[in-house]
Amino acid sequence: MSAIGIQGLVKNYGDVQAVRGIDLTVEEGEVFALLGPNGAGKTTTVEILEGHREATSGEVSVLGYDPAKAERPFKERIGIVLQETSVERELKVGEAIDIYGGSYPKQMDTADLVEIVGLTEKIDARIGTLSGGQKRRLELALGIVGDPDLIFLDEPTTGFDPSARRDAWGVIDNLRSLGKTILLTTHYMDEAQNLSDRVAVIANGVIVAEGTPDTLGGREFAATRISFQRPKGAVPPFAGTTAAQGVVSFESTDPTRDVHKLTGWAIEHNIELIGLNVARPSLEDVYLGLTEDNGNG
Amino acid sequence: MDRPSATSLIGQQTVYQAKIFIRTPVAAFFTLVFPLMLLVLFAAIFGSEEIEELGVTVAQYFAPALAVFAAANATYSNVGVGTAYQRDEGILKRVKGTPLPAWVFFTGKMAASTAIAAVATVIMMAVGVFAYGITIYPRTLAAATLTFLVGTACFAALGLLVAAVSPTGGAATAITNATLLPIAFLSGLFIPTTSESPQWILTVGNFFPLKHFNDAFQQAFLPGTTGAQFDWGAIGYMALWGFVALLLGLRLFKWETTQGTGRTKRDKVKVD
Repeated sequence: MSAIGIQGLVKNYGDVQAVRGIDLTVEEGEVFALLGPNGAGKTTTVEILEGHREATSGEVSVLGYDPAKAERPFKERIGIVLQETSVERELKVGEAIDIYGGSYPKQMDTADLVEIVGLTEKIDARIGTLSGGQKRRLELALGIVGDPDLIFLDEPTTGFDPSARRDAWGVIDNLRSLGKTILLTTHYMDEAQNLSDRVAVIANGVIVAEGTPDTLGGREFAATRISFQRPKGAVPPFAGTTAAQGVVSFESTDPTRDVHKLTGWAIEHNIELIGLNVARPSLEDVYLGLTEDNGNG
Repeated sequence: MDRPSATSLIGQQTVYQAKIFIRTPVAAFFTLVFPLMLLVLFAAIFGSEEIEELGVTVAQYFAPALAVFAAANATYSNVGVGTAYQRDEGILKRVKGTPLPAWVFFTGKMAASTAIAAVATVIMMAVGVFAYGITIYPRTLAAATLTFLVGTACFAALGLLVAAVSPTGGAATAITNATLLPIAFLSGLFIPTTSESPQWILTVGNFFPLKHFNDAFQQAFLPGTTGAQFDWGAIGYMALWGFVALLLGLRLFKWETTQGTGRTKRDKVKVD
């Protein structure tokens, strides 16, 4: 059974169509990333899956449950890390974990959990005294305190500094290795690239592309771009286009051969190809192309 | 593994709500300290005079009256304002995403506010006994306790209703202040109402449950009575108010902030 199955999901707010017919399947044990600009329908979709909103129409099944019914056995098996929620400032970190974990049948040990999210030293600190990144880590802890089978992470690392983000990715990777299914939304392409098995891009309430991070939007078939600094006093075997600072670049549909030809030429003429770079379009390039095509941006 | 029992969850929720109250200095001050300040002030201003119409000393009247005020604050204001602010901050939305049953959450809130009201009431009456020589009668303690429990349950339910109808924490603060203080005056909590008070004051005061709470609680500390002094009319009237408030409050309750149209704030700001 799939962890999440969505068919023809539609959500209207008055006249505004936030979600306009989404089909999506997430398998058990998969880390699935939903990408999309603000207003694309990401959070609405996720909140329907969590049971926070009701769909206008369409079929939704999460772990075999209808999330709109908000049944207790369903909530016992999911964990939610939302944006725009908070925890009582008056509580201590350990107290909050104990209290929010108290209603789950499979409550994780508080000491283990603070260790996992890196808050061991803050276990007795009032939540009001935590930094933004520490609060977000506490929220991550509260999302997984019930040892859930399925975890929703809504922009889990927004506002993190780079090292805190790496730490959070470590936690999420760890959850994956425990066999958890994870649905995350993010603005960060490197996050999707690093964490997810599959990604879907939402724009204007519909899914415009779906695939692995490496194949999204035909990325694996896209032309490779080879670039290097134009050597002085020599004419390379590829004309290409010359951009700022004399960087020559050209697209190649046969990069193996072309790189061989280029480097062979360089060795023969005893030329060092400064700044030689062979790159496929990044996930971000693909994403921007997809979302701009759909009138977002 | 086993699902945690409702009793243990209610216990945990009650302790947690009480902790938050204790760690919120403003709420603790207005519930525990402020009514005591009023008692000290009233006693200092009026001395050991008797309130003629009632035949009791000022302290004898105001210790129970201000205990009722403190109890109403602990339940009505704290549940109403506290819950509305928790919604503003997204805390209620987080709670709703966990398996905690809603009724356990509400029960914990009400139990904690009743416990705080009990502490405030006991302190007030103890100060009355030891500093102002008022008398407590063992034969009426059961009536005082039952009146207190039904009264606080009624006002906790009314607090829930305020939280349900207030769009924001600020609105809940305004609503509780604008209702509790005038009705406290109409109900004789700060100035005794007697049969010589203007008729409309008696009529309006009699409509709201606070006067009944005060009258029934006073009755248990009135010198010169006999018997257990249960005021079943007042107790029943408060129970009715509380029941209606609870039904309406649960029906109208929202777990997320709303703005007029029934759409959430966040939907309006960004639909993503």
